[in-house]
Amino acid sequence: MIRLVGILIGLGFTFVVLLAFVTGAYTAATEDVAETAEHAFHEEAHGPEAGYSFDGPFGHWDLAQLQRGYQVYKEVCSACHSLNYVAIRDLEELGYSEAQVKAEAATWQVPGINPDTGEDEMRAALPTDYFPSPYPNSVAAAAANNNAIPPDLSLMAKARHHGSDYIYSLLTGYQEVPELLTAEFPDAAPGPGLYYNPYFANLNLAMAPPLTTDGQVTYADGTEASISQMAQDVAAFLTWTAEPKLIERKSVGWPVLGFLLFATILAWFAKKQIWASAKPRRED
Amino acid sequence: MSFPWAKEYQPQNGLMKFLDEKLPLPRFVYNAVGAGYPVPRNLSYFWNFGVLAGFFLVVQIVTGVVLAMHYAANTQVAFASVEHIMRDVNWGWLMRYTHANGASFFFVVVYIHIFRGLFYASYKPPREMIWLLGVVIFLLMMATAFMGYVLPWGQMSFWGAQVITGLFEAIPLVGPPLKTWLLGGFAPDNAALNRFFSLHFLLPFVILGCVILHIWALHIPGSSNPTGVEVKNESDTLPFHPYYTAKDGFGLGVALIVFMTFVFFLPNMLGHPDNYIEANPLSTPAHIVPEWYFYPFYAILRAFTFDFILPAKLWGVLAMFSAILVWFFLPWLDKSPVRSGHYRPLFRKFFWFGLIPVMAVLFYCGGAPAEEPYVMISQIATAYYFLHFLVILPIISSIERPDPLPFSITEAVLDSDKKAVLGENAEPAV
Repeated sequence: MIRLVGILIGLGFTFVVLLAFVTGAYTAATEDVAETAEHAFHEEAHGPEAGYSFDGPFGHWDLAQLQRGYQVYKEVCSACHSLNYVAIRDLEELGYSEAQVKAEAATWQVPGINPDTGEDEMRAALPTDYFPSPYPNSVAAAAANNNAIPPDLSLMAKARHHGSDYIYSLLTGYQEVPELLTAEFPDAAPGPGLYYNPYFANLNLAMAPPLTTDGQVTYADGTEASISQMAQDVAAFLTWTAEPKLIERKSVGWPVLGFLLFATILAWFAKKQIWASAKPRRED
Repeated sequence: MSFPWAKEYQPQNGLMKFLDEKLPLPRFVYNAVGAGYPVPRNLSYFWNFGVLAGFFLVVQIVTGVVLAMHYAANTQVAFASVEHIMRDVNWGWLMRYTHANGASFFFVVVYIHIFRGLFYASYKPPREMIWLLGVVIFLLMMATAFMGYVLPWGQMSFWGAQVITGLFEAIPLVGPPLKTWLLGGFAPDNAALNRFFSLHFLLPFVILGCVILHIWALHIPGSSNPTGVEVKNESDTLPFHPYYTAKDGFGLGVALIVFMTFVFFLPNMLGHPDNYIEANPLSTPAHIVPEWYFYPFYAILRAFTFDFILPAKLWGVLAMFSAILVWFFLPWLDKSPVRSGHYRPLFRKFFWFGLIPVMAVLFYCGGAPAEEPYVMISQIATAYYFLHFLVILPIISSIERPDPLPFSITEAVLDSDKKAVLGENAEPAV
């Protein structure tokens, strides 16, 4: 009985899904799927040629690079992008001393309350504060940016596939609109307030190229600030903001795997020794 | 229940005798997983996966309880609380990554465990109850994992919740009010998040209860084995301790190595980057996909694109749930007198050349965009899936001619020992 009902149900689902298949196949065969501009012109992200110091299972932070990246964030990106999940005190992980971090904090202004009158006012930040948002709210952020709210950058390196490479490619990827694009997909050409960048998912993003000239930032450690260098450094910095525990994670992982490998090998020999005595007796 | 030749527990000292009289837990353990529990001697490594599943359940509960000490289930702060765990809580990143990857590994292990059950027809009498409890556990796991994924309140959390709770609307008549009642609102919002947290905390303990029943039901007939021939004599078995405790220990080591490789070196490989973006009801992601372990069922859901009496969406929902519900009926759909796939040549062909490739295809299509050719491929694969369990299996289990079975487990083991030793004049089995 169960089998009869089962066969009927099975045939029922099969029939309906094959109906869907046939109608879908007919549509697929008779209608052409147009090529989209995104599909034709989107490019996969790639990192800088030398890669990053934190790549791979043995990676480590290049603290000098992270400090340069922080400088790029502060002088270029922070005008529009917030860094909500990073506290100023976290900068100690980049190699700054406590005093330096305190001084650095004081250069940022955060919303506060006047302790005498209770009125809203801006005050100098403390290390315990989080990096302030450049806009008081999302409406202000949209109004100042062609209705496109600049996303928070704390997790950007994890919120995109190959995030570190994506950030680098995006920042160095602004280019002239290809003639082929204007010819084949005139609608996909960037409108007013949009800029062509093949590393962005739909090719045209509302962010104007933030890194425009070499030497835009004067690095404190004297490194030459080419666009590529600045892009690498800020991509590395944003990788740190996305995952401050990246290197700690990898460096704890090795002893853990090492121990497990040792223990598993012991377990294997223990198993073999115990099972060596497991010969079945012939029954009478 | 056990076998008559099972070793008897003997309390060794005063304390153990006291316990044995007042609260015989040591005796209970001895008879369940100790030297007092005989198990077929020929179990392969496919029999390790039940214990591994239990292990990952414990991992999830322990890491989950610790995470719950720092997580806040309110839409305003949920995402931030997870970042707080990742950045500020001591070893929080380890708890989070272990829990997230632990869910994936729990499913890997359970899928292999289920496929073991399908190939060796472990669901056949007298083990039907174990199988039914197992399907219940799997459904509870799916519910738990779905709700757990919503908790970080990322883009995929929100939109995945939107899609799956939206399925309830497809139910005729009661659909829309049912969905509103379940969500506590018209869309996933704070009410839904809060109750998902509550249920996500609760269900693993319901799973634990079902696992206890599952193991209890198992210990009544005892384990099946790769030959499918039931235990007849003492020489067919070995005491669980030390033989299978040692083998399971080794298997656990291997599983942990793979697991920890993911946790420490590839923690986000099985996840989706969109879930690192805070939920935004006004911004739909380009592709909404669930976690990988739901892919085959997601493919089945999206395969139904044609309205036929019922709307396509409702067909998809019915098919997706039926795909798992058919497993409940396997003990009665598969009428073969022979259990193990090793001795069922026709069954084996359909298993390896039919079911497994189709599941792999459904898996792949579930993670692909809902475009051609993936939709068409899913449709063919879905058709085969239902045909396999509901039409092919009942038919071939009735008509196939199985290979001759070994007389006993002992004979099967001795035979294979014979084959392993070259040039020995072996005596024929009695």
